[in-house]
Amino acid sequence: MAPAPAIEVGGLRKTYGTKKAVDGLDLVVERGEILAVLGPNGAGKTTTVEILEGFRERDAGDVRVLGEDPAHAGRAWRSRLGVVLQSTDDLAEATVGELVRHFARFYPDPRDPEEVIDAVGLREKVNTRTRQLSGGQRRRVDVALGIVGRPELVFLDEPTTGFDPQARRDFWDLITSLLDDGATILLTTHYLEEAEHLADRVVVVSSGTVVAQGSPQDLGGRTARQAVVRWTTADGPREVRTDTPTAVVADLAAQLGEIPGLQVLRPTLEDVYLSLITPAAPAGATHEQPTEAAR
Amino acid sequence: MTATTTAAPTGQTRRTAPLPGALRLGVARTRYEVRTFFRERDAVIFIFAYPVIMLAIFATVFGQDGSDIDFGGLAVSFPQYFLPGMVATGVMLTSFQNIAISIAVERDEGGLKRLRATPMPASSYFLGKIGQVLVNCLLQMAILLAVAALAFDVPLPDDAAGWGTFAWVFLLGTTTGAVCGVAFSSLPRSGRSASAVVTPIVLVLQFISGVFFRFDELPSWMQQLASVFPLKWVAQGMRSVFLPDEAAVLEVDGTWQHGMTAAVLGAWLVVGLVVGVRTFRWRRRDDG
Repeated sequence: MAPAPAIEVGGLRKTYGTKKAVDGLDLVVERGEILAVLGPNGAGKTTTVEILEGFRERDAGDVRVLGEDPAHAGRAWRSRLGVVLQSTDDLAEATVGELVRHFARFYPDPRDPEEVIDAVGLREKVNTRTRQLSGGQRRRVDVALGIVGRPELVFLDEPTTGFDPQARRDFWDLITSLLDDGATILLTTHYLEEAEHLADRVVVVSSGTVVAQGSPQDLGGRTARQAVVRWTTADGPREVRTDTPTAVVADLAAQLGEIPGLQVLRPTLEDVYLSLITPAAPAGATHEQPTEAAR
Repeated sequence: MTATTTAAPTGQTRRTAPLPGALRLGVARTRYEVRTFFRERDAVIFIFAYPVIMLAIFATVFGQDGSDIDFGGLAVSFPQYFLPGMVATGVMLTSFQNIAISIAVERDEGGLKRLRATPMPASSYFLGKIGQVLVNCLLQMAILLAVAALAFDVPLPDDAAGWGTFAWVFLLGTTTGAVCGVAFSSLPRSGRSASAVVTPIVLVLQFISGVFFRFDELPSWMQQLASVFPLKWVAQGMRSVFLPDEAAVLEVDGTWQHGMTAAVLGAWLVVGLVVGVRTFRWRRRDDG
């Protein structure tokens, strides 16, 4: 029997005043999957994740997280989750070691705190107070506290916001190294390369609903992934969108010999992403997108 | 408290290990709170030195010519008269003020939200706060009483009954202050505004409750107003411990009113618990 999905969301809605933060969002996350939720600020990512974590009440929709409704789940359910919130400023006076050991006591079957401290690379800082740590080191503490309970499902909310590129790469390596034990991960991020690097699957959220999903390689569907062939003519630049760029180039070469200003472009994930979220065009445009992309 | 030591429900998950008990986690929280509190050196110095300094100032200012307070023929030195008030004010600062501000700051910094994401029950968090307050208050009292006895020759109770009264007024006052601090912590809009909101309340209560002035010399409307709040009753209870029995003539109805003290403090304890449980927020107001 296949295990039930780690997360099932159907028709989720949440309104603040007149603003629809989440507007009919559907989502399934399978066990053992690493899912990245991408989207601009204000897209409803954090609201959605906080509903899944049991921090917020929803207005409508069905939500199952590890088989339970987060709005009514208790301590036993929380003991199966690991939550790494957006960066906070607490915990300043306690040392790394004290914190990890203290949080381990909250759980019925925690990991060995010393192993966790080693795993996040803070062994030399074990007796350092968190106020003296760098931003990246504090984030490692956050991760340590998030995983010390041996969670089945981990939420990482914008884990590397504010990191320099090297720190971000180090952090990704850390996450990858922690994932050997089959935990499910839901990651929210602004950074496409982060999604591409870590996730099995990407969901793009815009205006409170899912506008596209797929593996980082397939996101956006076939049309969005077409190659663009560009060259220069006497009348100025020209371009053609095509599934068969080699044939187009061969044709052109047959006509022109050496093709002036030739470029063959494949859209990056960023191009696809921007094309998905920029239809800042009202309602209609965004609502057609999912069917096409759901392919 | 309704905390249980037995394991919370298991069974609906595949885990077999039971969840740790709320009381055990309350002890762990107390250790953690005490340890981190003592690292904030400025707060530690303020909490422990304030009542001692105030006692020294008032005793010196009012008692500089060696004069005593006359209780119908019975002379009581100024330090002895002010000690009960300083005990009461120390209890209130360490319990109510410290808890109200520290929880507001923790909420603002996201520490509460982080705890909320773990299976630690709320009751353990509150037990930890109350435990920390009890440890701090006990230390503070030890310092204050030692200074009063050694530097100002204030006689301490010499019988078990006196210490018994001290114990129950102290415990009830401390717990009530801590619980009311939890309830009050949801009022300030941010951690930064917390001390600006809490401090004036604490100051006014100190002035009208007979901490800085003789309670019997305050206008009666002020006495009645103060009688609504816990601080006046902790101070009165402590006067019954540290002043001679004859000094009861200066109380409002000529007795120490132990029953009324227990009733008012108990009522605030219950009100604080109910309000605290209903209004407690793990997240900031602007956080949805």
